[in-house]
Amino acid sequence: MKTRNIKWIVLAILLAGPVYLIPGFAAESISSAELLSNSKHYDGKQISYRGEVIGEVMKRGDFAWINLHDGENAIGIWAPLSLTKGIVYTGSYKARGDVLEVSGIFNRACSEHGGDLDIHAQTLLKIESGKLTPEIINPVKRNQALILLGVLLLVWILTLLLRK
Amino acid sequence: MILKPNRQDIKAVGYYLGKIIIGLALTMAIPILIGLLAQEINPALDFLISLEIGLLFGVMLTKVCYTERELNWMQGMIVVSLAWVTAMFLSAIPMYLSGHWKSYLDACFDSMSGFATTGLTLVQNLDHMSLTHNLWRHLIMFIGGQGIVIIALSFFIKGASGAFKLYVGEARDERIMPNIVHTSRFIWLVSIAYLILGTLVLSVIGALGGMKPFNAFFHGVCVFMAAFDTGGFAPQSQNIIYYRSFAFEVATIIIMILGALNFRLHYHIWVGNRKEIVKNIETVTLFISILTVFAIVAIGLKQAGIYPQAVMFFRKGFYQVISGHTGTGFQTIYAQQFVNEWNNLALVGVILAMGLGGAVCSTTGAIKMLRIGIIFKAFLEDIKRIILPERAVVIQKFHHIKEVFLEDKQVRSALLITLAYLILYFLGAYIGMLYGYPFLNSLFESTSAAGNVGLSCGITAASMPAVLKITYILQMWAGRLEFMSVFTLIGFFVAALEGK
Repeated sequence: MKTRNIKWIVLAILLAGPVYLIPGFAAESISSAELLSNSKHYDGKQISYRGEVIGEVMKRGDFAWINLHDGENAIGIWAPLSLTKGIVYTGSYKARGDVLEVSGIFNRACSEHGGDLDIHAQTLLKIESGKLTPEIINPVKRNQALILLGVLLLVWILTLLLRK
Repeated sequence: MILKPNRQDIKAVGYYLGKIIIGLALTMAIPILIGLLAQEINPALDFLISLEIGLLFGVMLTKVCYTERELNWMQGMIVVSLAWVTAMFLSAIPMYLSGHWKSYLDACFDSMSGFATTGLTLVQNLDHMSLTHNLWRHLIMFIGGQGIVIIALSFFIKGASGAFKLYVGEARDERIMPNIVHTSRFIWLVSIAYLILGTLVLSVIGALGGMKPFNAFFHGVCVFMAAFDTGGFAPQSQNIIYYRSFAFEVATIIIMILGALNFRLHYHIWVGNRKEIVKNIETVTLFISILTVFAIVAIGLKQAGIYPQAVMFFRKGFYQVISGHTGTGFQTIYAQQFVNEWNNLALVGVILAMGLGGAVCSTTGAIKMLRIGIIFKAFLEDIKRIILPERAVVIQKFHHIKEVFLEDKQVRSALLITLAYLILYFLGAYIGMLYGYPFLNSLFESTSAAGNVGLSCGITAASMPAVLKITYILQMWAGRLEFMSVFTLIGFFVAALEGK
């Protein structure tokens, strides 16, 4: 009886396993504020952290640095290059970066990276795809610039006339 | 009896202030050009609006207050102190229009922080900022570091006498060349030569570290301007942590130290007098001071036990000491780590470094090494007087470009400015404590603001009280101008109200 139960449990875990890779089923992530406030507590532990990729993916041999911003701070992630292949958008003025969830080991002063506070990634999941953010010209700003240009020209002409 | 300022005083101040405003407004053509090239139209419009406002204001001031008279000392000092305040308001316009600052006060805070080469920041969502605005944040450090007035001196203002008064008002009293306009141009020449070299080095390191060539170049330019002008802004929210590069950190350490040296010393190095580096009282004092404060920080960090390896000590401990001592404010640790992971002794070491500063006639703030050296020499002289027989003639000399005999007036001046800085540091700390921040944290942030450093232990944030923001703005302003121009301005207003 016991053996049959274990078999069912193993089967259930195997079936449910891929569900953990689907957005929304990932383990609860820890915020950057929490990591920075209680870095000693999390030091050397496996944690989960979520944020938008900002800047760019900086390749270093078979690894890469990416920086994930969770709205408060950005934290550096040291990840195998193969895990970063799926990153399409990185946050900048013209784009909103992909939102990733990293699972890995948190280091408050990483011995491999000169004392940096970082996370060594074991898995990276794309939670949300980024996108380009096309610029729409602000008509108020455009009009203000034109009006001020007109006033400036008027003052310039007036000063020329006054000089005469 | 206090004399009320007359119409001529106001006209002279207005006329020269107008010229400086025109000069500043024209510098906004640079971000406009960048905005157009990078196809960032809204940011370019922000700068176009601000340029037009600046030109309007400047042209009207020069026309209404037109005068052919040269400035006297009082007028020169007032022009300088008002120029810095006006620059803050003008530069804050495009920053506020960008939407990256929660209020105009916050934009003014960052504007003053930039011009005064401090580096404390209240910016929001920096990682999504346009290249145009990001370049401007760093450009104002370059302009402020060389001296706002220096731009005007170099291009707009004729007449050596008036020019020298403006130059001195901006906390620079050393002539590198006989003519003050030539001195200003030499400062620009040195800065631009280093800009090209420094940008190249940082760009190459960035590109080798995995950055795309254009990004590496852009970051190289910005970080160089912030490092050489001992400013402390960086293009990304993580500051120097973002680059994750030992080579990048070493390069910025070298640039920060170059920025903390006297421009007069740069001149002597340029003309081949390299021995001046080891003989000069400022460099000797800076070397001893860095070693001393690093020893304090190292003991503190050893006690805290956070960095067990020598490389970590260098990249975290030594880097923060150099950044603080040169008044730059670059950080390779998060602000929260100062408070949560460093112990009080290490924090005191960094506060000392920030409070001492670099060389006079450089881009650093704080007390500065020449004054510390002079005070130390005066102590030595007094000790000699006590030890030696009464009839002995005690003479103390120091080397600063040439051999100089120590005089009481030099010691008095050095002690007065040192005292003024100490009062400013503790006054800011006191106001911070009124808002409930712990003493050491308040002193850390206050010293950082008044010494124009930019390291933060976390107090500086958009959510901090408005009074504290204004306090830090005033500290940055007074600290950068070394008090004299600010005191003259206060005196001017008092005379206008109560004079006869």
